[in-house]
Amino acid sequence: MLDRLQELHDEAMKKVADASNLQDLKDVRIAYLGKKGPITEVMKGMGKLSAEERPKVGQKANEVRESVTSYIEEKEQTFEEAALREKLKKESIDVTLPGRPITKGGRHPLTSVVETIEDVFIGMGFNVAEGPEVETDYYNFESLNLPKHHPARDMQDTFFVTTDLLLRTQTSPVQTRTMEKHKGQGPVKIICPGKVYRRDEDDATHSHQFMQIEGLVVDEGIRMSDLKGIFATFVKKYFGEEREIRLRPSFFPFTEPSAELDISCAMCNGKGCRTCKQSGWIEVLGAGMVHPNVLRMGGFDPEKYSGFAFGMGVERFAMLKYGIDDIRHFYTNDTRFLSQFTRV
Amino acid sequence: MLISYKWLKEYIDIDDLAAEQIAEKLTRSGVEVDAVTALNEGITKLVVGKVLTCVKHPEADKLNICQVDVGDEEPVQIVCGAKNVGEGQFVPVAKVGARLPSGMKIKRAKLRGEKSEGMICSLQELGLEGKTVPKKYSEGIFVFPQEMTVGEDALAPLGLDDTVLELDLTPNRADCLSMLGVAYEVAAILDRDVKVPEPAVVPKDENAGVSVKVEASGDNPYYGATIIKGVKIAESPLWLQTYLMASGVRPINNVVDVTNYVLLEYGQPLHAFDLDRFGSNEVLVRRATEGETIVTLDESERTLSGEHLVITNGEVPVALAGVMGGATSEVEEDTVNLLLEAAYFSPAPVRKASRDLGLRSDSSIRFEKGVDPNRVAEAGARAASLIQQLAGGEILAGPIEFDELNREPRQVSISLGRINQTLGTNLEVEQVEKIFGQLQFPFENKNEMFTISVPTRRQDISIEADIVEEVARLYGYDNIPTTLPNTPTTPGGLTSSQWRKRKIRRFLEGAGLHEAVSYSLTTAEKEAFFREEFANRVKVALPMSEERSTLRTTLIPHLLDALSYNKNRNSYSVQLYEMGSVFHTDEEQVTVQPDEKTYLSGALMGLWHEHSWQGEKKPVDFYVVKGIVSGILEELDVTGDVRYVSTEAPGLHPGRTASLEIDGKHVGFLGQLHPTVAKEWSLSATYVFELNLQELMALSTKNLRYQAIPKYPAMDRDIALVVDQHVEAEELSSIISEYGGTLLTKVAVFDLYEGENLAPGKKSLAFSLRYLDPEKTLTEEEVTLVHEKVLKGLEEKAGAVLRS
Repeated sequence: MLDRLQELHDEAMKKVADASNLQDLKDVRIAYLGKKGPITEVMKGMGKLSAEERPKVGQKANEVRESVTSYIEEKEQTFEEAALREKLKKESIDVTLPGRPITKGGRHPLTSVVETIEDVFIGMGFNVAEGPEVETDYYNFESLNLPKHHPARDMQDTFFVTTDLLLRTQTSPVQTRTMEKHKGQGPVKIICPGKVYRRDEDDATHSHQFMQIEGLVVDEGIRMSDLKGIFATFVKKYFGEEREIRLRPSFFPFTEPSAELDISCAMCNGKGCRTCKQSGWIEVLGAGMVHPNVLRMGGFDPEKYSGFAFGMGVERFAMLKYGIDDIRHFYTNDTRFLSQFTRV
Repeated sequence: MLISYKWLKEYIDIDDLAAEQIAEKLTRSGVEVDAVTALNEGITKLVVGKVLTCVKHPEADKLNICQVDVGDEEPVQIVCGAKNVGEGQFVPVAKVGARLPSGMKIKRAKLRGEKSEGMICSLQELGLEGKTVPKKYSEGIFVFPQEMTVGEDALAPLGLDDTVLELDLTPNRADCLSMLGVAYEVAAILDRDVKVPEPAVVPKDENAGVSVKVEASGDNPYYGATIIKGVKIAESPLWLQTYLMASGVRPINNVVDVTNYVLLEYGQPLHAFDLDRFGSNEVLVRRATEGETIVTLDESERTLSGEHLVITNGEVPVALAGVMGGATSEVEEDTVNLLLEAAYFSPAPVRKASRDLGLRSDSSIRFEKGVDPNRVAEAGARAASLIQQLAGGEILAGPIEFDELNREPRQVSISLGRINQTLGTNLEVEQVEKIFGQLQFPFENKNEMFTISVPTRRQDISIEADIVEEVARLYGYDNIPTTLPNTPTTPGGLTSSQWRKRKIRRFLEGAGLHEAVSYSLTTAEKEAFFREEFANRVKVALPMSEERSTLRTTLIPHLLDALSYNKNRNSYSVQLYEMGSVFHTDEEQVTVQPDEKTYLSGALMGLWHEHSWQGEKKPVDFYVVKGIVSGILEELDVTGDVRYVSTEAPGLHPGRTASLEIDGKHVGFLGQLHPTVAKEWSLSATYVFELNLQELMALSTKNLRYQAIPKYPAMDRDIALVVDQHVEAEELSSIISEYGGTLLTKVAVFDLYEGENLAPGKKSLAFSLRYLDPEKTLTEEEVTLVHEKVLKGLEEKAGAVLRS
């Protein structure tokens, strides 16, 4: 019987080896291992065997079954893998076709500039303050040391609504409003971004509406050297570590001393080029020590407190940073323009 | 202000420095130089020539054939088209090979058969502006007013060997509206001396018989009249004309030129009247009477008011004080006797007249800012002596004056400590004293407390801070250290509403919308489409155009403008949002600040998304916009009862518009643009939304709290309901919620079917319901019990039946 089992084993193994697909294997399994298969047949005759031989034959029968089963399984796996490979091969696609576009909008470049600048100053301990766009003459002019009939206050530049109401010409009125809220107690550290209006004809460099960011620091013992320090930090963070700053004396009614702040030209690294008109420097903002009259009108004692203020044009910053040549682009809302800033 | 470098050198020794170097120093210390222009830029081979003969061209009426001696062995023949060319004239000649500022190169030429070897030049051809060229020469060539050396370089006598500095002065530095003022500034920077002219007037001991009376002494605290008799009006000498032209002033005649010269030199405007045409021997300065008129030098009749100051002859105005003289008493070619006015007019009346009449003159811009009270009479004397020198005549005893002028210098005190504290510097007493010395500011120093007598030429300096600035700019802003405030640190940050605005922007950008920024000024007409009435608006008093005349009350029209703009440039799928202020008022005539609110609006057209080769095309529709609006509410954590109520609104599609109501309050709308309105903007299907962001952000929000994740399984039941067409989904889902009780945790619409297999007027809406008990596993029976109630409720309340 043992020989018969060996014989069956060899036969089955050969058939498995010869099988060329899953069906063949199934056939072999049924033919040899099935309930009606020859191995079962052989087993049925075990009753006639002696007690000694029985386990030997039983063991052999199990060995044969296991050997054939494992060979079948091994081959099945090979066939399945091949079939899967075949299937996946058929599923292949053209990976060079374009992907499904993810619709992406974007911030307006002016908003990007404002948010970036806000974040730099927030990092230096500033808060963001806001104020109305339709202002009173008092906040827009008088409280900023521009009394009625002051030469620096030109009627022609302002959109008046009534003799006392106007579209703010600067974000500076937020200075006084914020100082009033502090009731004479420092520190005040704010920046105020917002829209402002001037009676200018719109052209490549002028716009009747534009954005400004105003800043104000008031505390005991604030010095002009601090203004330089804050700006050096800001300029390096916003325009890059390589940028140098320079202050030039200037005039604003609400600051004294006053200064224009220049940064070294990024196009030529200060060597002189067309962008900086060969000077190596680019004017970016106006600043100064808060005029004592302005402190007083904001409710602060100029003998005790001092401070500095600054103002910058957002469009100018965006134009410098991205090389935009016409201020009107910001207000046309052409998607060919806007979509260039989605990465910002 | 234009500064002739050559002229400046008469007041300060700067031969060792180039104009560009001075310009840089001025700019760095606060007087910005906008441009430095060499007047000889581009000019070569320009010489003085003498016209020996001049005959008409035989072939051309308008041309002359001139033989011109240019200092060479032989005279050259030049064909000249100028009307004013004539024999015996000394003229500027560009020789063959010469270059002119326009880039023109002079070549040998033949004009109508006659050779021409050079060009006799006009001043414009030499680069001067037409408006500064003497009228006499503005239509033709320039003729030297005096005998010249033939063949010599013509640049120097024409003043073209000069360099002009163009100053961009800040309003406080009116002192630099004069050569002397700029000389003081340069002197301060370089620590050098200023050479101030010392006018020597030798008056004749003869009473002029002229009286001066001032009625408005506040407006005119000083008036000095100098009488000069027997002058001879003529063309000014070349040096004077060239200085004026370099300064942008047109030479007229010797007397007027002198007054302009002194105006530029001292910053003190003067006026010369023709005494014989003055109309009397009485100068009376007074306020004009209402409606009084005067014809000014520019030949315009001006109507005056009681706020304007006039010089009169006792009866009628002869000059508009400090602004412009009158035409009747103008100095003309036949003038013999002069009344020379040197006065101090206060800034206010001059500014008022200049503004009211739209008349700005070299005189008014100086008086408006306050002239130096200590130089008024001196400037008068300087002019009188120059007139006598150039036009002859005799100065009579005087000047005849009215004088209540305060000439006292202001006293400003400041301590060394204060200067250092403000600047963050460690200056020593000696350094500060040296700076005051450079500025020529007299001072006293008592224990490091300085008391400065500010020279009256510096009207801009009156307080401590002004002195600090003077010290700082001469010490050099670059030399101020760079520090950070040594005050306690403060926490910086955004307010909650600023932060939430940023969140909304991020959400909308992620959703695919581009942010737009548009103008706040608009027209009432544009907004009329979206408003029931538009009477109350905030209008600007003097708009620059009708298009920008009133403040917006909605953001939608400008967003539509933007869509339209993009569509015209072949962008058909555009989705924009804007966050900005709108302005409402209850008043018909605004008197108080309008109600200024932040709105958030959007306008969308075309395809929402598209993937062409896969054939996906999803056009924007109402539900896209609703999804965006719902997303915004979610970003804002709005907790209230949110309802989208079908509504009709101006400008919008009557069947596709919803009012957004939260806790019963209207906070915005969304919908499709009405096709007729869309047509106004040449748009096809367009959807918009507008939310009152301010109000939305004021709504209560929930604090984020963790909710336990359910331990037990949920059971889902899907139902398809057949209802009447008009039944809204929200009605059904609220019935479901009502009857579903606490076990029902989610209701969602998953299908809408209208059409075949349904009775007419019916539609089918399918909902997915989720039941869950957080405490235990639900049994089939428990769910069925509740679910049956839901179905019953739907049938009773909305006539909804399960679709078979």
